[in-house]
Amino acid sequence: MLTNPLIYFVVIPLLMLAGIGLCNNRNVGAIRAVAVIGSLALLTLSTFLLVDFLGQRAAGADAAMLFVNDTVVWFAPLNIHLAIGVDGISVAMLMLSSIILFTGTFASWKIDQPKEFFLWLILLSTGVFGFFISIDLFTMFMFYEVALIPMYLLIGVWGSGRKNYSAMKLTLMLMGGSAFLMLGLIGIYYHSAADGNLTWNILTIAANDAIPHGWQNFLFPMTFVGFGVLGAMFPFHTWSPDGHASAPTAVSMLHAGVLMKLGGYGCFRVAIYLMPYAAAELSYIFLILTGISVVYGAFCACVKTDLKYINAYSSVSHCGLVLFAILMLNTTAMTGAIMQMLSHGLMTALFFALIGMIYGRTHTREITKMGGLMKIMPFLGVCYVIAGMASLGLPGLSGFVSEMTIFVGSFMHADMFHRVFTIVACCSIVITAVYILRVVGKLLFGPVYDEHHLSLTDAEWWERLSTVTLIIAVAAIGCFPNFFVDLINKTFTPEIFSVLGMTSTAL
Amino acid sequence: MFACGVYGFITRKNMIAMLVSLELMLNAVDINFVVFNRYLFPGAFEGMFFTLFAIAIAAAETALAIAIIINIFRAEKNIDVRNLDKMKF
Amino acid sequence: MDVTIPILILAIPLTMFLLLGIAGCKMSHRTAGILGCLGMGTVLVLAYYTAAQYFFSGNELFGADGVRLQHIVFNQTWLEFTPTMAIKLGFLLDPISAMMLVVITTISFMVHLYSMGYMRDHHGVYEHGFQRFYAFLSLFSFSMLGLVVATNIFQMYIFWELVGASSYLLIGFYYVKPSAVSASKKAFIVTRFADLGFLIGILILSYYVGNFDFMNLTSSPVASLAETFSVDIAAPQHIAQIFADNAAPVFMGGSVLTWALVLIFMGGMGKSAMMPLHIWLPDAMEGPTPVSALIHAATMVVAGVYLVARLFPLYLMEDTALVIITVVGAITALYAAMVACTQLDIKRVLAFSTISQIAFMMVSLGVARPEHHEALGYMASMFHLFTHAMFKALLFLCAGAIIHAIGSNDYTDMHGLRKYMPITHWTFLIGCLAIAGIIPFSGFFSKDEILSACLGYDWVAYVWMSLVAGLTAFYMFRLYFLIFWWKEHKIHEGHHAPHDQAWTMSLPLIILAAISCVAGFIPFGELVSWNGHPYDFMAHFDWSVAGISLAIAVAGIALAWVMYRRENALPEKFRNAVPALWTWCYHRFYWDELYMFITHKIIFGGICRPLAWFDRNIIDGTMDSFAAVTNKASEAIRPLQSGQIQMYVWYYLIGVLALAGICAACIL
Repeated sequence: MLTNPLIYFVVIPLLMLAGIGLCNNRNVGAIRAVAVIGSLALLTLSTFLLVDFLGQRAAGADAAMLFVNDTVVWFAPLNIHLAIGVDGISVAMLMLSSIILFTGTFASWKIDQPKEFFLWLILLSTGVFGFFISIDLFTMFMFYEVALIPMYLLIGVWGSGRKNYSAMKLTLMLMGGSAFLMLGLIGIYYHSAADGNLTWNILTIAANDAIPHGWQNFLFPMTFVGFGVLGAMFPFHTWSPDGHASAPTAVSMLHAGVLMKLGGYGCFRVAIYLMPYAAAELSYIFLILTGISVVYGAFCACVKTDLKYINAYSSVSHCGLVLFAILMLNTTAMTGAIMQMLSHGLMTALFFALIGMIYGRTHTREITKMGGLMKIMPFLGVCYVIAGMASLGLPGLSGFVSEMTIFVGSFMHADMFHRVFTIVACCSIVITAVYILRVVGKLLFGPVYDEHHLSLTDAEWWERLSTVTLIIAVAAIGCFPNFFVDLINKTFTPEIFSVLGMTSTAL
Repeated sequence: MFACGVYGFITRKNMIAMLVSLELMLNAVDINFVVFNRYLFPGAFEGMFFTLFAIAIAAAETALAIAIIINIFRAEKNIDVRNLDKMKF
Repeated sequence: MDVTIPILILAIPLTMFLLLGIAGCKMSHRTAGILGCLGMGTVLVLAYYTAAQYFFSGNELFGADGVRLQHIVFNQTWLEFTPTMAIKLGFLLDPISAMMLVVITTISFMVHLYSMGYMRDHHGVYEHGFQRFYAFLSLFSFSMLGLVVATNIFQMYIFWELVGASSYLLIGFYYVKPSAVSASKKAFIVTRFADLGFLIGILILSYYVGNFDFMNLTSSPVASLAETFSVDIAAPQHIAQIFADNAAPVFMGGSVLTWALVLIFMGGMGKSAMMPLHIWLPDAMEGPTPVSALIHAATMVVAGVYLVARLFPLYLMEDTALVIITVVGAITALYAAMVACTQLDIKRVLAFSTISQIAFMMVSLGVARPEHHEALGYMASMFHLFTHAMFKALLFLCAGAIIHAIGSNDYTDMHGLRKYMPITHWTFLIGCLAIAGIIPFSGFFSKDEILSACLGYDWVAYVWMSLVAGLTAFYMFRLYFLIFWWKEHKIHEGHHAPHDQAWTMSLPLIILAAISCVAGFIPFGELVSWNGHPYDFMAHFDWSVAGISLAIAVAGIALAWVMYRRENALPEKFRNAVPALWTWCYHRFYWDELYMFITHKIIFGGICRPLAWFDRNIIDGTMDSFAAVTNKASEAIRPLQSGQIQMYVWYYLIGVLALAGICAACIL
């Protein structure tokens, strides 16, 4: 087990936890050092994993998952294993998570009570990393819960505004989702094999393909909604604006950047991968819901005046697009969905980082109370414009690539229903432009609104490091998309689709 | 006799009186055990033994209860059961 | 053909953008400007070389038997959707892309040079953000060059978005000015809306055709030639076949192909400011004047025309789409010309004139049919694009020189400048003569071709467009007389007399004026035609059409002479004679107000706000009410936990009795 590189995605955060736990409360330097070294180690690890993964794929390893290890038994009576393995999507998600953890560490450089903060933050990321490497439904769910709970404390203690309300709301809604999810997962477990050898292992379940269709129709909505709550699917998205608005910077970054991806990833990995029949049969219901999410979130973002609310609604819109594309059930759209997860993860993290930095200076997030910040803090201003451009889909940055892949993929369905909803989703590119430019125009351009802001300073080195890293990542996806598409595409092995006789490439 | 005990337990405010009612109920049950044992299963003695156990336990219980009541009295200066709702939710 | 030069043509502006954008603040203003000019100058030379190679080298890749071919210099996969559908980034050489290379690099270089002088104040101090300005100019040049050499429609879309973004950045260059900010926002959003149509059009088209390549869309597949990446341009019968095979699904009264083409044209309408998506262009004049010259007169705004021209073989298959283009173009041309007659701001006059002239090109494409003189309209449109780029850039740069000297955009602050700014005066006059269509200036030739193309299509179109041509001559000379004549210039106390600007600003004026004088004599039809077959304009020159158009232009100029040469009351009288018409024209037919109403009242007030309210109160309210119900319920059952032991015994007793009762009932 310890020779498998994947396990270190959990081991390193645990070591970081121990390290920070040993640090003295007042020794901020040591705490930061542990956090930075640890997250750097994770970043390096995920880079190595990426290279190694691609190397193995190039060498002809064409199994659905690589680095698989399912020998460690946790609880024999229920056949629970600590099973790990990755495919292209997980590798991409691990990369994303480690980038955001790395930048989030720098974004929370000056946080109060750093020891406790970093402890919870790293516990949260342990859950995230564990989730992405698990291929055992039970451990996957366990890591999922590990990722959710620290959020309550992080928002409740370090948050701002109506933090208790938001923290409670967020946790309860996500827990409600988990309840559905747990039911769904147990249902899957009890139908995981026709011959009675029940298993939690995703690969085995998919290979067995033993879930009766009737049960699929029942379990698919359970799991999809369960994960969909975290993916901010309409109408279960309302935790997101409040939660994001109250959360501290790094938590917003991790939450919007990575945790919301857990939802999309889970929808793909569990709901659709394991129950393709039901997915094909019921997709229309969720297409309607996610299609609504996409435009609805964008429209709501148009009239909000709190920066974080705007961004939270924009996340609703963008994450809606992820689920929308996943439900299109063809390779191109699904690739687009994964690209969109990466892209949205990075740019929304960038947004929240910048909003946090601006808020840290002006102490307000109301765009009506700010103006002309470009003149005062040009670096942050330029970064904000870049983030905005990425969000509204400027070619050369990540948003364009993912959106276009999704639209082209979605358009491969020739029937009226899919067409109409694709066109509705396309409309979001205009609405996105409206709210992004509205914010940029009010916040950064124009005359300086408040004279007190004139004395504010531009970004510090740790803030620059954090934002520049994210911008480089966003631009890398935008400029060399084919690399990522290849990485992801190799995951959609024909087996997933052949179960159904579904069109894997449509044309 | 059992019904008297129940009635007393519910209506008395004084804890000592409630305890007495409790003893009444216990004794009623004991007598039931003995009598039913004697008439229904004349060859067996389990009912008798059980009664003996119950008497022993009742004695211990009474001792405990009185200790608690004395403690409550020390803290609250009375033993009216209706005042004792501090441990509710 | 060697790929180095084409790559350099794209790479140099991009490098300049990154260099000036990232390191610009570390270098002096002067260095940044010189770097920008040098970079663009190199691109200019390379682009001229490439175009010359294409047109004149006789290389068989570019032409065989006198027929010009489409040639792909390189084509690199950028993003693969499916094995057949991929976005590629490449470099396509054909007559129109070669011509556009020349146009873009020429104007861009002139503007780079001119901005060295324009972007500093009277004391020679460079403006704040000078490096940023050059970085954005380079970004724009890169995007525009990428757009014209696109090998597939998605590459075009990519650069289409990029030019939109760089236009946004440049319009909003003076970001402290609220008007500039809102103008840039408006420009971006309006064109974005149009791009939505473009995108959906691409999606429809590519769904049926299976890929995005222009080679596939606009030419007949010729196996042997296709291998060498050079193909003949022709009506793509196989595409028609695809749509026929799909039983041409009909949607809302039009075939899918019609819809696709009309939606793609919608993208073109946005960028080329056709009615009703024209409203952003006049506002875009908030940007620095060189930007207006480069982007909003010469290059980006003709992208729509270029798009239609690029897909012309496809449009030929759908008469409906071409008719729509013609009608939209004709209405826009007249509308913009009428509005241009009433505006005060000289840049706005030029902006409306640009709209009107682009509409000319659109009409010309719309009326082009291979049956009529080998699609004369197509050539005329491209020719007009070329000449218009030169003389309109010239006019804008002149306007810039005047604004720089006066410090105001209103002609009411100018008047009688001819003595003070002779170079500007003469070059402006040349520009006006060219746009009015006076022989031998370049506009005469191209406009004449357009009018004869119209005549070949339908006489209504011809009369209509001739009327617009007359109006064009009138409003341009109105502007000219009001700036340079009308009355003596009044110099305010403490101000210098206006004067011609430094050589960096004057030189581009002179060069562009020279081009405007001679460009008409380029044998354009031999170089550019829709199917690559050379066409001789002169052999088909129709002197009657030319004579009539000349007469109309002269009439327009004469009217302007009478009304505006000297200060008099005629304009006032005219205005009072048709007050309603004048007011409507002056207020641009209230399009802006209409849009304001739609966006603010309907979209923001009628959709966004109610939705946001709905979200906060209904959706979120439901979620909150779940929590509230839970709370209430627990409050309600809390008293049961009274702490009264005797109550508990009651409950217990009742429970036991109930159970006993149930058991008894069951047994009995």
